[in-house]
Amino acid sequence: MHVLSGLVAGLLFGLGLGLGGMTDPRNVLGFLDFAGDWNPSLLWVMGGGVGVFAALFPAIRRRSGPLFAPAFDLPAMRRIDRELLAGSAIFGVGWGLLGLCPGPAIVNALVGGWKVLLFLAAMAAGMGFHALWQRRRLGEDAPCEHLGPDA
Amino acid sequence: MDGILVPLVGGVTIGLASSFLLLATGKIAGISGIFAGTFLPGGGAERTWRAAFLAGLVTSGLLLALWMPGALGEGLEAPPALVAAAGVMVGFGSRLGCGCTSGHGICGIGRLSPRSLAATATFMTTAILTVFVVRHVLGGL
Repeated sequence: MHVLSGLVAGLLFGLGLGLGGMTDPRNVLGFLDFAGDWNPSLLWVMGGGVGVFAALFPAIRRRSGPLFAPAFDLPAMRRIDRELLAGSAIFGVGWGLLGLCPGPAIVNALVGGWKVLLFLAAMAAGMGFHALWQRRRLGEDAPCEHLGPDA
Repeated sequence: MDGILVPLVGGVTIGLASSFLLLATGKIAGISGIFAGTFLPGGGAERTWRAAFLAGLVTSGLLLALWMPGALGEGLEAPPALVAAAGVMVGFGSRLGCGCTSGHGICGIGRLSPRSLAATATFMTTAILTVFVVRHVLGGL
């Protein structure tokens, strides 16, 4: 059931990205370009996504646990640290260069041409580089992997 | 009205997908984390549902190509070196920052996480600055 749930959630998430126009980088860049011909569609996509999740999250969270797992697994970190801000800043530059973030890139994996596969390979390399660097620096995996049931 | 309604329905679908994943598995739909957990070592038992989620995303792309090919754009025009550089930054940055547009931008803000609000404000700002520099200072790539 865990696997089937993952598949259904991924399928639905990808269709939502497509419907919202986020699988076309031109729409994303059009949103980020305030000095040009501004395209607000990302605002409605985020608004719809955040609105629905915000509305349903408290009710789901009140349950004693999820349907097919023993406990909820939510980010346990609280502090706004340098890593969070520096990482997000670097992520934003990469996102702004092409208008591609991980979700839309994966949706486009088999239908977006070879450059999307190059992007995904480079993304995996960036993640691998981070994991190695993190282990050397702290002697452990990325702190955000430390999830707790109580968040 | 189409300009608002269709993206809004897309967003609602994303919100429902994220809520369903939380309800069913107890997990946050953070795609950079799911991708890293699938392909980097140490994923363990978590790897199977993560791989299934990614398979769902890839399948949605095939369905979109059949049903609404216009949604997929016309491929990337940027030179390969730039595509690779952007990919490395997205990968490294999303791991250092513990999330991307889905985990922070949708789920994190949806559950009012201060970390996710800070992360989203940060990557929105640097992405907007990047687009400004690329399009209006350098005159495109």
